[in-house]
Amino acid sequence: MATAVTQEVLGRMEPPPVNAAQAFDVERVRRDFPILHQQVHGKPLVYLDNAATSQKPLVVVDAERDFYLHDCANIHRGVHELSERATHKYEEVRRKVQHLLNAPDLHEIVFLRGTTEALNLVANTFGRRVLKPGDEVVITAMEHHSNIVPWQILRDEQGIVLKVAPINDAGELMWDEYQNLLGPRTRLVSVAHVSNVLGTINPLRRIVEAAHAQNIPVLVDGAQAAPHLPIDVQSIDCDFYTFSSHKIFGPTGVGALYGKTRWLEALPPYQGGGDMIRSVSFEKTIYNALPYKFEAGTPNIGATIGLGAAIDYVTALGYENMARHEHDLLSYGAERLLEIPGLRIIGTAREKASVISFVVAGIHPHDIGTILDHEGVAIRTGHHCAEPLMHRFNVPATARVSLAFYNTREEIDRLVAAVEKAKGLLG
Amino acid sequence: MADLTGLYQEVILDHSKRPRNFRVLDDATARAEGYNPLCGDRLTLYVRLEGDKISDIAFKGSGCAISTASASILTETLKGKTRVEAEALFETFHDLVTGKLGARDNLGKLAVFSGVSEFPARVKCATLSWHTLKSVLAGDTAPATTETEDAEDQAAR
Ligand SMILES: Cc1ncc(COP(=O)(O)O)c(C=O)c1O
Repeated sequence: MATAVTQEVLGRMEPPPVNAAQAFDVERVRRDFPILHQQVHGKPLVYLDNAATSQKPLVVVDAERDFYLHDCANIHRGVHELSERATHKYEEVRRKVQHLLNAPDLHEIVFLRGTTEALNLVANTFGRRVLKPGDEVVITAMEHHSNIVPWQILRDEQGIVLKVAPINDAGELMWDEYQNLLGPRTRLVSVAHVSNVLGTINPLRRIVEAAHAQNIPVLVDGAQAAPHLPIDVQSIDCDFYTFSSHKIFGPTGVGALYGKTRWLEALPPYQGGGDMIRSVSFEKTIYNALPYKFEAGTPNIGATIGLGAAIDYVTALGYENMARHEHDLLSYGAERLLEIPGLRIIGTAREKASVISFVVAGIHPHDIGTILDHEGVAIRTGHHCAEPLMHRFNVPATARVSLAFYNTREEIDRLVAAVEKAKGLLG
Repeated sequence: MADLTGLYQEVILDHSKRPRNFRVLDDATARAEGYNPLCGDRLTLYVRLEGDKISDIAFKGSGCAISTASASILTETLKGKTRVEAEALFETFHDLVTGKLGARDNLGKLAVFSGVSEFPARVKCATLSWHTLKSVLAGDTAPATTETEDAEDQAAR
């Protein structure tokens, strides 16, 4: 069983080029991340919880610090120098996000608190403007709670119908079943680009094509894609795309939503307040132009500026270089972990990002997490905000290793030794 | 530094691998479910009350080593105790695993959980069965969770 899976996992992965090690100098990259160089419980830290949040390079920390030391002011409202500087820096980041996603227009980028808020914004405004009782929204079985619960709220309050496209045992979307769910009452498809538990990369272009063939718009949760894959919203042709800064090496507290102009224009505002209006009287308020219509109140300016530095950092490093290194780690990690008797990997999709969820026979993931922590190895255990997915695979929880470009093969070895220690103690 | 062997003591490992009173109690007079959303631990606690006394107690479910051992030792400790004694033991146990109480002589088998206080992330595993016990005794129908203590405990840490 275990060896069959090994072959399955490895057979599907492209071998790394021979000179991958030279092309990507991981030791040099690690120097950009001061936090990695510390001891935890007396052992050097091995940080393998990047899908929860990734670490921040010094340039990101410095950018945010510089803002507070030199330019701190509110944006879009002061005539004074500091406010102009702050506004300029903030709006520059919008341009960077536009380029990162290859969005056609700058005003199609809305800054929000993160992916969760973006998904709630679309659910709320789409719900108010478009959805009628009996209308259907299609999601998949691998969604994060943030792409489940907002739709359930609409279901319970407005009587919409939530349909869930199933996945197979490898953790891949079941294509025919997905297509069959699209029907005359389907008003929206909302789907993760990459699963935070399984690592599955969904075939977005096909998903969007099938939906558009029936005039159904598509919202993409890109929280786990942005740290690993180049994103091109024009080639995907999705109607909305969202990601969180803190998962792509930027600060917490900010994220972005891309929406096609015609959708952003058609949807009503999400929150009311300052910045999102053009003029207010008690009789009538005129909303601001895009994207400000959706940006009520003072945003997290410092974090947004940090996000700009993170985008610069990732762009300079290059997604291709990151991906090559991560794929090497992913196949090495899967191979080494599967040497452990009784260990099973959940999520063996052909197209997969660097996430490995696993269970070990007879040991609860939470105990594995505690013992690994004592070896200095940080992973996540639990349901990963995807409880329905746990039910799908009939496990109460999993242990999840999520890799970033700054991880190393030596760290995988430390992980494997720690899991073996857990087996020795509890198995 | 927190010590792993202080958490996974022999007695705890033994109870987690061979939980006692691990069965459905057919003639239970009350039952309650406990759920720890953080790790997915779930258990059902069955109690037979005769007057004020717990004449029998058992549990079923799945969980980590700490929560399973805690439930197992809870059932052993409470068999034959009165409602008031059980409630007092809840307080004692809670204080023990949150570090408000040093290990004391009169704790009996519960003393093996003193190491939990060094592992803040595991306190809820240890207290799940005890919160469920509280629900049973109070006759609650909603599943017990350990979430209520969270904000306060995190701030106090
Ligand atoms: C797939 C996916 N969607 C959405 C989210 C929510 O992101 P955030 O907590 O940054 O709003 C996450 C983060 O855990 C995620 O992994």
